[in-house]
Amino acid sequence: MPDETASVQTATAPPSKAMKAVISCDALQALIAALAADYLVLGPTVRDGAIVYEEISDLSQLPAGWKDKQDAGKYRLERREDDAIFGFAVGPHSWKRFLHPPVETLWTGRRDNDGFSIAPAAGEPRKFAFIGVRSCELHAIAIQDKVFIGSPYADVGYRARRQDAFIVAVNCAEAGGTCFCASMETGPEAKNGFDLVLTELLGEARHDFLVDVGSDAGAALLGRLPHRSASDADVAAKAAIIAQTRARMGRALETDGIKELLQSSPNHQRWDDVAARCLTCGNCTMVCPTCFCTTVEDHSDLTGNTAERVRKWDSCFTLDFSYIHGGSVRETGSSRYRQWITHKLANWIDQFGTSGCVGCGRCITWCPLGIDITEEAAAIRANPMTAAGGQHEGT
Amino acid sequence: MFTESAEMARMPPAASGDPFVPRIYCVDRIRRELSDTVTLEITPSQGPRPRYAPGQFNMLYAFGVGEVAISISGDCADDRTFVHTVRDVGAASRAITSLDVGAAIGVRGPFGTAWPVTDAEGSDIVIVAGGLGLAPLRPAIYHVLANRSRYGRIAILFGTRHPQDMLYRDELAAWRRNLDISVEVTVDHADRDWRGNVGVVPALIARASFDPHDTVALVCGPEIMMRFAVNALRDAGVAPDHIHLSMERNMKCAIGLCGHCQFGPQFVCKDGPVMRFDRIASLFAVREI
Ligand SMILES: Cc1cc2nc3c(=O)[nH]c(=O)nc-3n(C[C@H](O)[C@H](O)[C@H](O)COP(=O)(O)OP(=O)(O)OC[C@H]3O[C@@H](n4cnc5c(N)ncnc54)[C@H](O)[C@@H]3O)c2cc1C
Ligand code: SF4
Ligand code: SF4
Ligand code: FES
Repeated sequence: MPDETASVQTATAPPSKAMKAVISCDALQALIAALAADYLVLGPTVRDGAIVYEEISDLSQLPAGWKDKQDAGKYRLERREDDAIFGFAVGPHSWKRFLHPPVETLWTGRRDNDGFSIAPAAGEPRKFAFIGVRSCELHAIAIQDKVFIGSPYADVGYRARRQDAFIVAVNCAEAGGTCFCASMETGPEAKNGFDLVLTELLGEARHDFLVDVGSDAGAALLGRLPHRSASDADVAAKAAIIAQTRARMGRALETDGIKELLQSSPNHQRWDDVAARCLTCGNCTMVCPTCFCTTVEDHSDLTGNTAERVRKWDSCFTLDFSYIHGGSVRETGSSRYRQWITHKLANWIDQFGTSGCVGCGRCITWCPLGIDITEEAAAIRANPMTAAGGQHEGT
Repeated sequence: MFTESAEMARMPPAASGDPFVPRIYCVDRIRRELSDTVTLEITPSQGPRPRYAPGQFNMLYAFGVGEVAISISGDCADDRTFVHTVRDVGAASRAITSLDVGAAIGVRGPFGTAWPVTDAEGSDIVIVAGGLGLAPLRPAIYHVLANRSRYGRIAILFGTRHPQDMLYRDELAAWRRNLDISVEVTVDHADRDWRGNVGVVPALIARASFDPHDTVALVCGPEIMMRFAVNALRDAGVAPDHIHLSMERNMKCAIGLCGHCQFGPQFVCKDGPVMRFDRIASLFAVREI
């Protein structure tokens, strides 16, 4: 096949957005190398028993032959029977950690003769290229775009990182045990928001990738890689993979009327029930690819002559989050869990015109107690509040 | 890579550059109001002072210590300064109340929604304030007094804990001497010299004279006080969409990005702080929202 790709490449016109191509594993290596000239290339790799997103320079760092077994409160890597590079779902990291970093200096200040002056922090010097972005994650990025760029005051740091990012998406061939993107209409097929999207085609005699182009930059890059045009059989193979993944979703969440349901259930007894299990550790918000909340810390040096403001991820599960003079607004665990799920699945729709949940399942997998957003939403639905504010008897 | 959408191109109304970066202002005047409360007049060290509307707030930054949300308490007709009345309750507010004349202070803003003083023209105005809640209402009071003929009856109902911690005492006395408006002050705990009302501020509502069918009520104070004030206004016959409250929530960014100020689907920093009661009535009834 390598011979064939080389000859086809020279014979065809430069790839356009409409083009579907097939590239080999070697070409994927070439893709990483080509991106590395202009970008900090980030992709999945195995680290401490989990697949995380880190800087990569070589194909061998990708998690070939690994799959992740996930269930509520459980995550374990296992060997696959094949060498699939993207044969896992999603791990504890999301791309949020690069576009909306966990810790970021917003500005620095310095005392001077006039009092003090403030200068914005120097921007991130490197542009990011993401390899292996899943459909749910593309949706999560689009949601954070609405939060950080779509509001009247844009987050200039986020906007710059986002505009510069190059995205190589991957269609999921394996649904995780806690995935429910099909319910949220955020997957498993990557439909837009990428520069290139790969579908890993694995068979007895083949290990290559169908490539769809999502942008001119993607087309230009593909043009520099050895590739051949995709056949009808390749395109059919992709469709079969997506259909199979869709049929194997680990979980489901009924979204019909979810906004009204949750917004009319602030006094539901289920909040106390879940609070009895919830540790309010905030893991769910840290792993969630859409949660955007932050706090700020003001520091000054020992001389008091320089100061800075640092922004850090925060979670609505902490007591401090809602503190106002005299006490926190959300003292109880039940009010904090209610805030989280009501924000995600309901209030987000009012705020940003989209659900705040993409069905990636991370919050379910990484909850130490295995509390499951789909199960909690279903419990509220099973026993809704009456108009009078009480609950129906029974279910 | 992505293309610039219409949403992205939409720029903030007043701010330019990085909305996280404070501008430097200079403290021009300080007035001690109460043992723990001062009023600062501050002017930009460079360039014009941005315009604001009654009810809006700024984020004030004390160098190296922190940044807090503080309402603008001055007169909008003055285009030179921002006036802020600050109570010392913690690290950042202490640093701000300890500043000297000539000191530098960081400012981001103005932010948030305003009291509907223009929409309220032609109606009776009932202003209900508890304690420091009078500060964000003072620009509205200045406005309605300066444009007195455009409004019907005006009632200012103010509650404070003790006679000795009465904010803006001299000004209240001056407003009270104005026969064209009615000013009622009540204290929770009277001392021997107090000859005025004793009790909570919502109790004054029942006694105030206004046309409930054509009244706009502006309310600011502790949440519990606002709860009772709304009930009293509703009992008096004021419609929920004629009642406006200024809400308070933890704020870190003031620009809709940090998530801290959420009040149900609303962000108090951008959908508030001034909110029309009918739009938040269902949230207002819920504890710990
Ligand atoms: C819209 C708005 C307008 C305000 N207007 C005024 C005003 O005109 N005058 C005035 O004195 N105070 C006002 N406040 C309250 C003022 O912001 C708090 O007193 C101040 O944040 C306390 O910070 P601190 O560091 O001094 O105290 P700490 O108690 O040490 O506070 C620690 C942190 O908690 C948060 N916090 C504590 N109390 C409040 C609070 N009441 N509201 C929001 N965040 C809080 C802040 O993030 C603060 O950094 C207003 C608050 C809001 C939301
Ligand atoms: S709420 Fe849970 S399932 Fe939904 S996007 Fe966040 S982490 Fe994923
Ligand atoms: S769920 Fe909580 S942490 Fe996540 S965005 Fe909403 S308020 Fe913030
Ligand atoms: S104060 Fe940050 S979102 Fe409102």
